[in-house]
Amino acid sequence: MPTKPDATTDTVMDLEGLEVHYELGSGMLARLFGLGTRTVKAVDGVNLSLGRGEVLGVVGESGSGKTTLGRALLGLAPATGGSIAYHDTGGRAHDVASMSAAELRRLRTDVQMVFQDPHAALNPTMTIEAAVGHPLRIHGIAKGAELSRRVAQALERVGLSPAEQFMNKYPADLSGGQKQRAVIARAIILDPDVLVADEPVSMLDMSVRAKILQLMLDLKSELGLTYVYITHDLATAKFFCDRIAIMYLGRVVEIGPTQEIFEDPKHPYTKALLKAIPEPDPERMVARDLPRGEIADAAKPPLGCHFHPRCPEAVSNCGWESRDLRVLLEQHWTEVDPDVYQREQAVVGDLEHLDDPTLDARIGSGATAGEVREVLDAARARSPEEPMWSGVQELVEEADGLHVRFHDGVDPRLRPAGGVEVACVLYPGEPERPEDSSAAEAASS
Amino acid sequence: MLKLLLAPFRNTTGIARWILITGLVITAMFVIFAIFAPWIAPYGFAQKIDASGDRFPKMGEPSAAHWFGTNDQFYDILSRVIWGARTELTVVLLSVLLAVVIGVPLGLLSGFLGGWVDRALVFVMDALYAFPSLLLAIVFAFLLQARLGGAGILAAALSLTAIYIPQYFRVVRSTTVSAREETYVEAARAIGAKPRTIMGKYLFGNVIQSVPVIGTLNAADAISTLAALGFVGLGIQPTEAAEWGYDLSRALDDAAAGIWWTTLFPGLAIVLLVTGLTLIGEGLNETVNPALRKRRIRKVVLTRGSVTEPERPGTDQNEVVTP
Amino acid sequence: MTRSDVVIEADDLRVWYGSERGPVKAVDGVSFNLAKGEILGLVGESGCGKSTLGRALLGLLPPGAAMDGTLLFEGEDLLKSSRKAMLARRGSELGMIFQEPLTRLNPLMRISQHFEETVRTHEKGISKDEVRRRALEVLRLMGIPPTRYRAYPHEFSGGMRQRLMIALALVLRPSFVVADEPTTALDVLVEAQIIRILHDLRREFDTSLLLITHNLGIVAEACDRVAVMYAGKIVELGDAKTVFSKPQHPYTRELLRSTISLRTEGLNYIPGAPPDLTDPPPACHFHPRGPDAMNICATKAPRDRVYENGIHVQCWAADLAHGAVDLTDEEKAPLIREEISVADEA
Repeated sequence: MPTKPDATTDTVMDLEGLEVHYELGSGMLARLFGLGTRTVKAVDGVNLSLGRGEVLGVVGESGSGKTTLGRALLGLAPATGGSIAYHDTGGRAHDVASMSAAELRRLRTDVQMVFQDPHAALNPTMTIEAAVGHPLRIHGIAKGAELSRRVAQALERVGLSPAEQFMNKYPADLSGGQKQRAVIARAIILDPDVLVADEPVSMLDMSVRAKILQLMLDLKSELGLTYVYITHDLATAKFFCDRIAIMYLGRVVEIGPTQEIFEDPKHPYTKALLKAIPEPDPERMVARDLPRGEIADAAKPPLGCHFHPRCPEAVSNCGWESRDLRVLLEQHWTEVDPDVYQREQAVVGDLEHLDDPTLDARIGSGATAGEVREVLDAARARSPEEPMWSGVQELVEEADGLHVRFHDGVDPRLRPAGGVEVACVLYPGEPERPEDSSAAEAASS
Repeated sequence: MLKLLLAPFRNTTGIARWILITGLVITAMFVIFAIFAPWIAPYGFAQKIDASGDRFPKMGEPSAAHWFGTNDQFYDILSRVIWGARTELTVVLLSVLLAVVIGVPLGLLSGFLGGWVDRALVFVMDALYAFPSLLLAIVFAFLLQARLGGAGILAAALSLTAIYIPQYFRVVRSTTVSAREETYVEAARAIGAKPRTIMGKYLFGNVIQSVPVIGTLNAADAISTLAALGFVGLGIQPTEAAEWGYDLSRALDDAAAGIWWTTLFPGLAIVLLVTGLTLIGEGLNETVNPALRKRRIRKVVLTRGSVTEPERPGTDQNEVVTP
Repeated sequence: MTRSDVVIEADDLRVWYGSERGPVKAVDGVSFNLAKGEILGLVGESGCGKSTLGRALLGLLPPGAAMDGTLLFEGEDLLKSSRKAMLARRGSELGMIFQEPLTRLNPLMRISQHFEETVRTHEKGISKDEVRRRALEVLRLMGIPPTRYRAYPHEFSGGMRQRLMIALALVLRPSFVVADEPTTALDVLVEAQIIRILHDLRREFDTSLLLITHNLGIVAEACDRVAVMYAGKIVELGDAKTVFSKPQHPYTRELLRSTISLRTEGLNYIPGAPPDLTDPPPACHFHPRGPDAMNICATKAPRDRVYENGIHVQCWAADLAHGAVDLTDEEKAPLIREEISVADEA
C-alpha cells in the first residue's frame, strides 16, 4: 500500500510495485564460461507516492538502489516491472514506465534532475550559456536573444549573478559550488514540476552545502517545485525533507514524515543510520553497537529481510541461512588465537559451498560432524548474544557432516506502525494477512 | 579562439615546446613552397627549355642556372622539389581530411550505438588496419587508376585515405565508448536530447581532441607512403605534377654513376617534411595527452613575509595569558 | 608531555609549490607537535593546504615544491634527510592511508602478496610464514577474517578494502601515519566502523595519526586534538573537545556552524571561498570572510598565542577577548569590506 500524502496536496507521481532489474554477465564471455546471468534487483517492488510541493527524501547507502530509483522517475533507467504514474498540472496521468523515447523526451520538460558530481555533469566543451540554454533549444522553446535572456534569468535565479560574468565561461573556470548552481539552472530553465536531486551537495565542501540547500529551498517556494532528494546523509535529509523513505537493497524499509522518523525510528536499519552519523559534538559519541558488515550484493540478496545479517535486533524468523553461518564462523576466527583458528579451520573445512543460500547448511564431513559441533558450540559460547543462533532450529549430525537447520524466514512487507510504515518482523502491524505466508514461503524456497 | 590555439605553447615545457616549434618551422617552409611555387620556383615542374629557347642540360651538375642541377629528363631539380611540395601537401591534406571526415563520424556512431552496428564496423576496420598500409595503398591505387583513368592527385589521395580511416575510427570509437558513460551525457538525456544531439553536441567535441595529433602523424606517414607509391610507379605521373618519390625512383641508377644531386634533393625534401610533421605531432601529443604533459613548473624560492607579517610567526611561549 | 613522547615536531614549516601564477603558499608557517599514540585531526575547506601538509610530513612534495622550517621525527630532522633515507622511512616508520583504496591495490596481486611485498621492501629476507603471521595479526585487528588472506582485492567490499589499506599501512608498525580523507568514499555505517578502528589504533600500535578530513564530526569522534587550517596556516589548534565546545577563531566557529548535523536548526554558511593561495589577502587571511573582522585584521597578521587548556589561536578578536593585546579604537573598529557575491564559493 503506497503512503498517501495528506488530502490537501494532490499527487504528482505514483509508483506501484516499481522494479528495475539489470541482467549482469549476459555477455559472450559469461556464456562462454558458463557463468550464467545474474539479475541485480536495483529497485525491487517500490510503492511510493509523491505529493505536489513536498520534499521526499530517499535515504540509503550506496547500493541501496536510491539513485536507480531517481533515474527511473525520468525514464533514464528503464522500469522492468510496475508503474510510475506522472500526473501533470492538467491532471492527466502518464505512465513513465511504458513511454516511448519521444514521450520520455517530452516528459523531461516536467521532470528534471540534478546530479551528484557537478564537475562531471556539465559538458566541458560547452559554455555555461550553451549548457544552461540547451534544454530550451532542444525542445524548441526559445532561441537567439530570447534564449540568452532566459539563460541570464535562470543564472541570476540560482545566484550566478551578474549572469554576463558566467555566460561565456567554461565549466572548468567555475568552482564546484558554482557548477552545481549552473546544473540547477539548467534543470529549472524548463520550469519543471518535479526535480530529482541525486546527492546534490555530497561532493561539495561543508561550507558550500548549506548555501546550495538554501538555494534549493528558495527555488522550491519561488517555482512551486516538488523535490525527490536522494542522499546517504540523514542530517541534511532531516533538515530538507518533509517525508523520508529509507531504502535498503532495492526496497523501502521505512517511510514516513521526517519528524516521526527522527523522533521514533522503528526499523533497526534506520536506527543504525541515525546512530552512525558523526556529530561535531564532543559530548556525543557514535555508539559501539553498530551493524557489522556491509550492504550485500544486490544480485544475491540475503533471504528473508535483506538487512537481517547486519541487524542487531534480528530474531528467529528474519531469514537466517547458510551464508550467515559462514560470516559467523569467519568473524569467530578473527577473534580467537591463530592456532585455534588453524585447528578449527581444518575441522570445518571449506566454506565456499555455503554461499549458495539454503536453510539446511551442511558443514564438515561425516567423520568430523561431532568436532564441527564442538567448534560451533565454542563460537556460540564466545558470543551467545549473536542473533543468528536464534534462527538455528537444530544441529543434526548426519553421514555427510553437520547439518545446521534454520527456521523459516519471513520477508516483511511495509506495514503501518505508528505514524510511519515499516518493513520489519518486529512491527507486524495489523493481524497477518494471507499474502504474508506466501511471502514466507517464497523466502524459504 | 587565439587562446585555444596558443594553449599548446603556454602549456608545454622546454623540450616539448622546442619539438613543436622546430616541426612548425620546417613544415611552414614547405607550406610556403607549396603555396607560392609559381613565384619561388625558377622554372615549371615539367619545363625542359629556358626562356631563350635553349634546352636544359641532361643531368647537369648544380650550377648558377640550376642550383640543384637537372635530371635525366632535363627537368630542373630545384623547381621539382618546390613544386613537389605543392603536390605532396595537396595529396596529404586531401587524404587526411577525407579520412577524418569519414573515420570520425563512423567511430562516433559505432561507439555510441554499440550493438551489431558497432561489431560490424569494428570488424571491417580491423580487417583494413591489419593489412600492411603500403600494400593496401598499392591495391587501392591500382583499382582507382583503372576507375579514374590515370594516376592523378585525386587517385593518390583516395588510396591514402583508405588506409587512414581505421586509425580515426579506432581512436574516436574508444573515446566515445568511455565518454558515453559520463554524467554529462546522462545529463543531456535528462534534458531530453535526442541521440543525434548527444553525439553532435556532447560527444563530438570531447572525442575529437586527439584527432589533430593523429592527423599530423598520419600526414607524415602519408608523405612517405605517397613517395613509395611514386617509387613503384603507381603515383602521380611526372607531366601531371612534380612528385618526389617518382623522381627518386628515376634517379636511383644515377647514384651509382656518381650523380648525387638527382637523388639527394628529392630525398632530403621527403625526410625533412616527414620529420617536420612528426615533430608537430609529437609536440601536440604532449600538450593534448595529459599523461605525457608536464606543466611548466617554476622552481619556487621561499621568501620571508611582507610588512604585515610578524617577523617570526611561530609560537611565542611568553605570550601565554590566563585570564 | 615529555620530549621523548613527541613523535612529530613541526616548527614554522612552509611548503610552496610553483604554478603559472607564481608560488602557491599551500603551507605557510605551520607549527605543531604530535605525541606518541595521539590522533590529531586536520580540518578546513578544500584548498586550504591540508593535503599538501599531510604529504609534506612524509616527504611527498609536488613537483617544483620548496619546503623549509623544521620537521623533527623522533628528534631527527626529516628536512635534512636524504631522498633515500626518506624512501626507507616511508612504509616502515611513516605510513599513509589514502582516500580511494581500490586505486592503491594491485588488482592482479593477492592480499598475501601485497603484504609480502610491503614487508619485504623494508625487511629483506623475511620468511613467508613470518609475513603471514604478522599480516594475520594486523588483519585480525581490522576485523578481516584469516580465511580471506589469499583473496584478491576485487573480492572485497569498499569498507573491507579500506581496512586492508590500513592493515598494509600498519603491518610494519610505523610510529606516524597520515590518513587523508580515509572515509570520504564510504557509507555512513562503514565510515563509523573505520573511525572506530582508527580510534582504537593506539591501543594496539602506539601509532600517532594525522587524520585529514573535512568532516568535523569525524574529528570530534576520533581525535584527541584538532588543528584548523585556513589558507596555509593553522589558525586554531588544541584539544578537540575544547575547540569544538568553545571555538576561539571565527573560522572554526563558522565551520562548525555551517556543518549540517542532526541538531541543525537553520542553514548557516561562510560567505565567499578560501583565497587563491598564490596571493592570499594580507594580514589575517580570513578577514574578508570573517563576520566581525576589525580594521587591524586587514592590516596586521595576528600572532600565534596560547590560551587556557593550551589552545593555540591566531586571531585578534581572541587576543582582545583574553585581554592579551591592547588595541586602539581605530584598530578595533569594524572592518568595512566589499560585498561578497552569493556565488563566490568553493
